[in-house]
Amino acid sequence: MDKPPVLSPDASRTVPAAPERKPLTKKELAADHPTWCPGCGDFSVLALYFKLIEKRRLWQEKITTISGIGCSSRFPYFVQSYGAHYIHGRSLAFASGVALSRPDLHVFVFGGDGDLFSIGGNHFTHTARKNIKLTCVAMDNWVYGLTKKQTSPTSPLGFKSKTDVWGAVDYPINPVKQALAAGATFVARTTHSNPNHVMQMMEAAMDHDGFSFIECLSECVEFYEGAFDAANPRKGGVFNTVPATHDVTNEVAAYKLADEPFPGYFGIFYQVQRPTKGAREAELIAAAREKLKGLKDWQILQKTFEKMQ
Amino acid sequence: MHGMNTTEAAAAAGGAPRVSTINEAVIRIAGNSQDGIQAIGGFLARLAGRTEQEVMTFMTIPSTISGGPSIFQVRIGSGEVLSAGDEADVLLAFYQHSYDGHLASLRPGGLVLYDTDHVQPNPEMQGRYRHVGIPISTLTIEAIGGTAKDKGKNVFALGLLARMFDLDVPKLEELITERFKGKDESVLKNAMAAFHAGYGYTVGAWTETYRFAEARHRSGRQVVMNGNEALAYGVIAAGVRFGAAYPITPWSDVMEILRRELPKYGGTFVQCEDEIAAISMANGASFAGRVAVTGSSGPGISLKMESLGWAVMSEVPLVVINIQRGGPSTGLPTQVEQSDLNLACYGSHGDAPRVVLAPADVEDCFYTAIEAVNIARKYNVPVFILSDQAIATRIEAFPTPDLEKVCQDISPDFTPVAEYKPYDLSSPDGVTPRVVPGTRILNGRYPVAGGLEHDEMGHPTGSPRLHMEMTAKRRRKLQALARTLPVPKVYGPPEGRLLLVGWGSTRGPIQEAVDRARAAGESISSLHLKHLYPLPPGLEEIFAGFGSIRVVEMNDEGLYGYGQLAGLLRARFCDSRIAGINKTDGLTWKVKEILERARAVLAAGPAPEQPVHAS
Repeated sequence: MDKPPVLSPDASRTVPAAPERKPLTKKELAADHPTWCPGCGDFSVLALYFKLIEKRRLWQEKITTISGIGCSSRFPYFVQSYGAHYIHGRSLAFASGVALSRPDLHVFVFGGDGDLFSIGGNHFTHTARKNIKLTCVAMDNWVYGLTKKQTSPTSPLGFKSKTDVWGAVDYPINPVKQALAAGATFVARTTHSNPNHVMQMMEAAMDHDGFSFIECLSECVEFYEGAFDAANPRKGGVFNTVPATHDVTNEVAAYKLADEPFPGYFGIFYQVQRPTKGAREAELIAAAREKLKGLKDWQILQKTFEKMQ
Repeated sequence: MHGMNTTEAAAAAGGAPRVSTINEAVIRIAGNSQDGIQAIGGFLARLAGRTEQEVMTFMTIPSTISGGPSIFQVRIGSGEVLSAGDEADVLLAFYQHSYDGHLASLRPGGLVLYDTDHVQPNPEMQGRYRHVGIPISTLTIEAIGGTAKDKGKNVFALGLLARMFDLDVPKLEELITERFKGKDESVLKNAMAAFHAGYGYTVGAWTETYRFAEARHRSGRQVVMNGNEALAYGVIAAGVRFGAAYPITPWSDVMEILRRELPKYGGTFVQCEDEIAAISMANGASFAGRVAVTGSSGPGISLKMESLGWAVMSEVPLVVINIQRGGPSTGLPTQVEQSDLNLACYGSHGDAPRVVLAPADVEDCFYTAIEAVNIARKYNVPVFILSDQAIATRIEAFPTPDLEKVCQDISPDFTPVAEYKPYDLSSPDGVTPRVVPGTRILNGRYPVAGGLEHDEMGHPTGSPRLHMEMTAKRRRKLQALARTLPVPKVYGPPEGRLLLVGWGSTRGPIQEAVDRARAAGESISSLHLKHLYPLPPGLEEIFAGFGSIRVVEMNDEGLYGYGQLAGLLRARFCDSRIAGINKTDGLTWKVKEILERARAVLAAGPAPEQPVHAS
C-alpha cells in the first residue's frame, strides 16, 4: 500500500504506442447525457468537475468517480472515467476501500443529502474521523428528488413533502456542523449558482491531504424550487463569503460560523493537517516490513508458520 | 485409550507404575476460562504436532466476558484422528462445577484427576470412574512461592499430564519457553517451576502411565493451528492485501490476525464502523484492483447482503468469510450451527448467483481460502467461505504447506488496453476479464461498475433484452465453474444401503461413524461436499448407488423434514430418497449420535419410490 502498484505486463495484451497526451476536454470527459431535469443545480457541479479535470490535467485512468443512490448519485455515468455507482448510502465506505488500497488514484465522491446524511450518516462520520484521503461533495437540495419529493435530513422545519404533508417536523441536519463534529480536516460550503466559487472549493478540496468535504447547495427545480434564492444575488439573495478574519484552524470559530442562519457563509470553514489513515497505515507497514527486509512474501509466512510448528 | 488396544509394556520393578502403550487418548480439561485451560490444550496440541501425532481439539468459549466455566478437550492419536472424541479417557477437573458438570463425559472406567482443594468427589461415582485427587492449587502455590493467586495451575496440570502420558519433556519445555519468552523473566521461571512440580508429583498417584505408540512417519514438520488462523493465513497466502470487517464472535480472531499480519506483506486490514461499511470497503478495494476480503458471523452476514448483491451485479470479485454460529438473530454466539447455508446461497434480493465453499477441517480452511480467492478472480464473483464456530476454535496439526509454491501474487495488471467492455456479452461462458482503475484505455471509453442493470459498458439500461442477457451472463459464469469442479469421492464403498452426506466441519465425525458402522458390517458410506454452490458434477451417479441418502447437518429439519443442504439437493435432483439427519443443540456431532440416527434409517427400510408430496 505504501509502494506504488506493481506493473506486471501481460503479454497477451497488445500495447499500441501511446500518443502525446493533451489535457482532457469536456467533450472527451462527457459520457451519458445527464438524466437530471432541465435547470437542476447538479449540471453546474458536473460542468465544474469536467473543468477541474481539464485544468488540473488529471487523467481518466487516474480518477475514480464514486457515488451512492439518488439524483446526484447518477454522476459517475456522466463522466468518462473509471467510476462506481454503489448502493444507497455506502459510497464513502466503498470509496475508502479504493482510496486506502490505491493511493495513486484521485477519489471523488458525489452524493446527495439523503445518501450522505440519512442512510449513510454513519459512514460520513467515520470516513471523516479516519481522515481518509478523498473528496466528498454533498450536492444538497434539501429534498429527496429521485423518489419524488419526500422529506430529507436537511429539509427545513415546515417543508411540505409527500411524507410530511403538513410540513417537516424533524429538526434538520447542518452538514457543515456534522462534518466538523466528525473530525473532517477540510470543510467547505458553496452553491451551484456561483460556479467560480464551486471551482475554487473543488480545487482546494482536491489539494487537501485528507478527507475533504464540500457542501454544495444544488437546487432541485422540480421539488424544491427557490430553496436557495436567499443565497443567490441574482434572485435578490446574498452570497456572503467566510470573513477574511476567520481562522480556518479554529474549530470552535468554524462551528459558530456554520451556526449562522440561512444563507450563512460560503467558503472554507475549517482546514487542518492531520495524518491521513493511509499515511498512518503506511507507517505501520513500514515498521512491520523493516524487520523483514529482503524476504519474499512466502518466506514471511514461513517464519510465522515455523512458530506454529 | 478408548476402544483401542493397550499393550502391556515392561512393568518396572519396585512399585513403579505400569506403562501401557496406547494409540490415542481423549483428555478433557475443565475449569474456568481465566485458568488458562486453552493454554494447556494448546501446549498438548502443539506437542502432538511436533511429535507427528494427529491431534484434534474441542473447546467451549464462555459467553460471559469475565470468564466462567470453560473446557478444552484434546484427542491425540498415533493414527488418524477424525473428531475430538465422544467420550474422554481422562478428565482433569479444577472445580466442583467442573467435576459435577463433566464427569458424565468420561467413558466408564475413565480417570478423573481433580483438585482436592476445590473438589469434593461424589462417593457414588468412585466405583464408576477411577478417581485421583491431587491438591493442585496448594502444590502450585508452593512451587512458585505462594504469591499469585491460582496462577500457574494450568502448567502444573500440564506437568501431571506429561508424567502420566510420558510426554516429551524437552519439547514441552521448549513450548513453554516460546510461550512465555518476552514476558517478565519471573513468569517463565514460575511456569517452569509449576511444570516440574506437576511432573515430579508422584505421591502414590500413579499405578499406570501411558506411552503413545509411534506415529506413522510424516515427511516434514506439522503446523498446529485453529480454523480461524488457517483461514487468515490462507487469505494471506492467496495474495489478498486488503480486508475490512467489524468485530463479532466467533469471526473476530480472523480479523485480529489479518490486522496484525497484513502490514508485514504491505497490506492493510481496516476495522470498520459497521458490517455494511466493511463489505463496502472490501468491494471498493476489489473494484480498485485486487481481490479483497471481508467476513463476519451470522448477524453481520445478514447486514452485508445488499452489498453482496452489488458485487454480483457489477461483477467485482470478493471473498466473504462466514464463521457460522447458532441463529437466528443473536442466537447462540459461542456455539455451533450450520444454519447459514441458505443465506450464503440465496441471501440478497434479485437473481444474484454467487459461489459458496465450505472447508471440512483446519487444513482445508487454509486451502479453501486460496481456492475462494482464485474463483473470485477468475469468475469476477463474490465467493462465500462457510466455516463455523467448531472449526474456528478447534486446533489441528497438518503438514506445513509448501509456501513457496502456494503463495501467489495477485497484483493487478495495468498494461494499457485498446478498448474495454466490462460486461462483454460475447465473452466465453460469460466471464469477462477485468481491467482496473489505473489502466489506460486508449479509445477513451471508461467503464462504470454499477448496481443498476447495464449495457456492455456498464451504463444503465431498462432494456428487457439486456436484463435477460446480463442475468444469463451472471448465471453462466457459475455454470462454467461447476463444470470444472472435481467429482467428490465417496468415503467407503460406492454402493450400499445408506449414504451420509455432509458439508463443512462435520466430515470427521461422519467418517468416523462410517468407519464404526462398517466395522460392524453395516452398509453405510459417506460423501462430503465442499463446493455447495454451484454443486460439483457427478452427484446423481453417486446417489444412484445407495438405497437411502441422509444429509447430516447441524441445522433444523425444516418444515418438510430436511435441512438446508438437503433442501438444496432435493431441489437439484428431485430425489425423494434424500432426507435429513439434523440437530440444533449448538454442539458438534458425536460419532455415536450420527451412528444411532443412521442405524434408525437402516432399520426403517428403503426409501419410498415416489416423492412423499405426490398428491
